[in-house]
Amino acid sequence: MLDSHSTEEMDATIHALIALHQHRPGALLPLLHAIQDRVGFIPESAYTPISKALALSVAEVHGVVTFYHHFRTHKAGQHVMQICRAESCQAMGSEALEAHAKKCLNVDYHQTTADGAITLEPVYCLGNCALSPSVMVGDEIYGRVTAADLDALILEVRHAEAKA
Amino acid sequence: MVTKIYIPRDSSALAMGADKVAIAVAAEAKNRGLEVEVIRNGSRGLYWLETMVEVATSSGRTAYGPVKVKDVPKLFDADFINGKPHALSLGLTEEIDWLKKQQRLTFARVGITDPISLDDYIAHDGYNGLKNALKLSGAAIVKIVTDSGLRGRGGAAFPTGIKWNTVLGCEAEQKYIVCNADEGDSGTYSDRMIMEGDPFVLIEGMTIAGVAVGATRGYIYLRSEYPHALIALNEAIANAEKAGYLGDNVLGSGKAFYLEVRRAAGAYVCGEETSLLESLEGKRGLVRFKPPLPAIEGLFGKPTVVNNVISLATVPIILDKGAQFYADYGMGRSRGTLPIQLAGNLKHGGLVELAFGATLRELLYDFGGGSFTGKPIRAVQVGGPLGAYLPESQFDTPLDYEEFTKIWAVLGHGGIVAFDDTVDMAKMARYAFEFCAIESCGKCTPCRIGSTRGVEVIDKITSGKDHAKNIALVRDLSDTMLNGSLCALGGMTPYPVLSALNHFPEDFGLSQESKAG
Repeated sequence: MLDSHSTEEMDATIHALIALHQHRPGALLPLLHAIQDRVGFIPESAYTPISKALALSVAEVHGVVTFYHHFRTHKAGQHVMQICRAESCQAMGSEALEAHAKKCLNVDYHQTTADGAITLEPVYCLGNCALSPSVMVGDEIYGRVTAADLDALILEVRHAEAKA
Repeated sequence: MVTKIYIPRDSSALAMGADKVAIAVAAEAKNRGLEVEVIRNGSRGLYWLETMVEVATSSGRTAYGPVKVKDVPKLFDADFINGKPHALSLGLTEEIDWLKKQQRLTFARVGITDPISLDDYIAHDGYNGLKNALKLSGAAIVKIVTDSGLRGRGGAAFPTGIKWNTVLGCEAEQKYIVCNADEGDSGTYSDRMIMEGDPFVLIEGMTIAGVAVGATRGYIYLRSEYPHALIALNEAIANAEKAGYLGDNVLGSGKAFYLEVRRAAGAYVCGEETSLLESLEGKRGLVRFKPPLPAIEGLFGKPTVVNNVISLATVPIILDKGAQFYADYGMGRSRGTLPIQLAGNLKHGGLVELAFGATLRELLYDFGGGSFTGKPIRAVQVGGPLGAYLPESQFDTPLDYEEFTKIWAVLGHGGIVAFDDTVDMAKMARYAFEFCAIESCGKCTPCRIGSTRGVEVIDKITSGKDHAKNIALVRDLSDTMLNGSLCALGGMTPYPVLSALNHFPEDFGLSQESKAG
């Protein structure tokens, strides 16, 4: 992911990715994934060049970006923490874990901590249901997560941030 | 001599620290001057024992678990690399009762092989099915799949062979095989286990499907929540391409089959096949009207087979061992085996592949070991968030599509989520509506509006407002959603809602006597 970037750099990146993906069948989702992987979110300034390249309206691009939970239109914190809210995790106390996370981080879902380190998101199943409750940070998954585990995880994430 | 040590790369093993254990084992071996080869296998599915480490010994693979990083030096002290006993010893893996009692057909290789080693796959009967298929006509392959009795394992249980036959019968210059790997149901993870633990079996199954119906392109639509499956699939596809198992001339047959993984983007409704196709085309995942069937007008308007991961991953063994071999397992019209996923509040959660016919009780207690918390199991939800909640009185129901239909429940993808007696079933009913509201694609009114009204009505019931009137209203609303929704999301949300209300009326402020039989 681009750590910090000027608008020009971001635009150049987006244009390069459009050129790379635009001729694939059903190109829009792979393209949006590529942009988000690289830039961290889908900036609104990308809608017009995407729509031109794929012969879509800006409204169609906007519609797709906002339909899918995965795509974000604003920059997230350095780490995205997802807590599973689905039934299996509920059966193992995820509700208390969610409340604990919100309290410790002092945010609600879809919000980022004041230090910009962590964005908290709900998720509906991580496929780790034999070891509920589950949490994911970035691409790392954690099972049988207790409140104490979550505290340690938050500390670890913030520590990694401070070092970087 | 180099000792082979197996440490899973499966997501759930990683969730219990498998990567750290693998690093620690390699480092400790190096420090002690021991020659070991760490192989990152799939998981055997005994998840409460992850990280499960296996060592190849002269008498077979010996297992230890659950291993934490701190246990690693002590395991070496105990000479575990020669299979010697330790407090975490589980004995020979093949002799573990939990595994021995299973009938692993689709999961035959998972946990045993190196998932991305083509040589390992082939050494364990891999690609026998495709080799047989390449000697047959498309119609003959379809007949074998039909005769095996295989039904769609994604949940709808539609006969796979009949679907393939429709696509086979269509004239088109381009046809597609689409694998639905948008495994969004809570309590299910068998698709993920296959993709991470034996991706070649899915690739082989899709290739056979392509050869059978005359499709040259395949897409795996994979949920974005599965980053490790994405890595394993892409590695396996690259290896299959290199060795000529995919590409413009599959095994020199003159037939082409190209395969690509496409990432989904976190919309539950895209597990519905027409919504999935819209998404693959780069659009919002809105459900399509049927007809036309995707088999006739599917991806980009072309004839398309859309099958679940497990359905496709079961095809190779059917083509290898024959239709009758597979059909000999099971009961009634549910033929073969079902990979069952034990989840939620259970002591021993994991993957149990069995012929159809085992009862819920056997799975919950004999395999699952009862609840994790030690409290009585009060309810189980089978078949994902759109499946019914079953009370203890229904635990003797055999796992069979038709037997579940008889009690107004669904077997679905074979996920079983257990709840102990602290569960509030009115809350679970509310959650079912809430989930439907969050995930509705918005195309049809019963789902889009009904789900939000449903949350409100449940809130009124639990706060005691116009109680009798609102109980009647939630039933009426459910009836509308059940009969008026375009797809299963709105159409099946009433299953968890009404089953909770019917079997657990006391949680809705009703007397026990109002319990529906």
